[in-house]
Amino acid sequence: MNLLDKNNKDTVESIAGTIFLVLGIVNIAFVLLICIYLIIAGLPAIGKIGIIDFLFGTKWASTAAEPKFGILPFILTSIYGTAGAIVIGLPLGFFSALYLAKIASHKVRITVEPLIDLLAGIPSVVYGFIGMLVLVPAIRSIFDLPDGASLFAAIIVLAVMILPSIIKVSITALEAVPEEYELGSLALGANEIETYCRVVVPAAKSGIAAAVVLGVGRAIGEAMAVMMVAGNAANMPSLFESVRFLTTAVASEMSYSSGLQREALFSIALVLFVFIMLINAVLNVLLKRGGVKRK
Amino acid sequence: MSDQVQSEVRVIPDSVPFRRELYSRILKGCMFLCIGITAALVAFLILYILVRAVPYFSWEILTTKPSYLKGTIGVLPDILNTVYLVLTALVIVLPLGVGAAIYLNEYARSKKLVKIIEYAVETLAGIPSIIYGLVGMLFFCQFLGLQTSLLAGALTLVIMSIPVIIRTTQESLKTVPSGYREGAYGLGAARWHMIRTVVLPCCIDGIVTGCILAAGRMLGESAALLFTAGFAHALHGYIDGITSSGATLTVALYVYAKEQGEFEVAFVIAAILLVLCFITNYFAAAFGRHMHKIHADSK
Repeated sequence: MNLLDKNNKDTVESIAGTIFLVLGIVNIAFVLLICIYLIIAGLPAIGKIGIIDFLFGTKWASTAAEPKFGILPFILTSIYGTAGAIVIGLPLGFFSALYLAKIASHKVRITVEPLIDLLAGIPSVVYGFIGMLVLVPAIRSIFDLPDGASLFAAIIVLAVMILPSIIKVSITALEAVPEEYELGSLALGANEIETYCRVVVPAAKSGIAAAVVLGVGRAIGEAMAVMMVAGNAANMPSLFESVRFLTTAVASEMSYSSGLQREALFSIALVLFVFIMLINAVLNVLLKRGGVKRK
Repeated sequence: MSDQVQSEVRVIPDSVPFRRELYSRILKGCMFLCIGITAALVAFLILYILVRAVPYFSWEILTTKPSYLKGTIGVLPDILNTVYLVLTALVIVLPLGVGAAIYLNEYARSKKLVKIIEYAVETLAGIPSIIYGLVGMLFFCQFLGLQTSLLAGALTLVIMSIPVIIRTTQESLKTVPSGYREGAYGLGAARWHMIRTVVLPCCIDGIVTGCILAAGRMLGESAALLFTAGFAHALHGYIDGITSSGATLTVALYVYAKEQGEFEVAFVIAAILLVLCFITNYFAAAFGRHMHKIHADSK
């Protein structure tokens, strides 16, 4: 090999090294870009409205002659909706995961798991569409309401949507428990179910907690499906009334907003972003503790 | 003394005590109930969409564009928009994601920087799509002046799906035995040469899996595209299509179902999305299995 070739090769190598470094750092830039844009776009309106009036005002009337920008209804709706989805989705997902991870035969598992994957992959608008056509009329006729589009419908749709992530993360957590724990418990005379519920589940609890937090993150960030079933009126949350979430508040008015109203929508997005960052921080701690990989 | 021993010897019961038996039965019942509900739910969703969509499927609806004059509805523009969008986004995200994964796995020396980048990637994975939509609108459509176009939508999706590509690529990079790398170094290869000729060919499967997963995520995305890619249903070639506003399948489904009440075409789109989702899942799983098999063989 002559010297020229060697030099050429070195140049290529150092260029490659630099390019990969840049590609790695680009990701940090993306996060910063999102943070900075949200803060720049979101802070002015909070300043103009006043942070207390904005966060704790109970009335949202952005297009009224004397506009009011209180987002407490949206915050509470998002919290109630997410909590409701967890209350329904967690037991369903947890017991399903326990069954799939421990009791199901190999054959059952390889048939059901792709179905769960499919559930995870179905686009959110499809959930919203089915919810709109099946769930909303059903709720209207069962509970005898003027309109079925309500917080309750949104909770059920969200519960279905977070089900696959709860199931999958829980399965990973349950399978990460060392087999010796199970064998020890069985040898001490506990039967299988007692072993699973009193030994395996407590050992996997941070992984399962991570599944819950992941579900919370999904539910609080979901926009389209909720927009199609929740009715979108800016009421204070009530189970059978039309409500608006943080996400849908942004999505539903963005296309025709202007001026302070538009700025306020960005402020809502900023609030949502802060929620998500908090949830992510909790999730990271739990995932590290549970030794479970995020899927 | 003997009394005490006597009292401590208990007869081992022949059967499990009632309470323990009940506890086990109830829990087992709960599990069967829950998995039953879950399975029934999936079955219902699939069957409901397919049964309602099949009567409306026709060659015409798949190959025409909507026409107010004739009063017909076709989904061809939406299908093409989706294809343009996903292909463009994949072409951009692939080098970005694979490159970042290579940096994290092969190049990075500073643990701190790796930690920061990985934290950034995790953050990106957790941000809801509506926020991507807003920032995409502010940055790509307004700041970069791309207007509401498929290109702006594709760029938004690039940022959104980078974590998927990075994660799967990193996982498959980790499965390449370090002996391969040492062997290449021993033969005098430099780092990039070694990566290009030894490491990357070993993890093609992982990268392909990542692409399929990312494509699946892009196909299902709607909130991020609402404000960046727009709603138009015009039929375009690639160059015109990418620079003008266009609805993807998901956005079209939303508009038809929520705003226009055209449920027939909405069912057709839902069925198409379901089938696409099934196909992407199937291929992702197939490539994933292949990867694991190779990994297991090489051990």
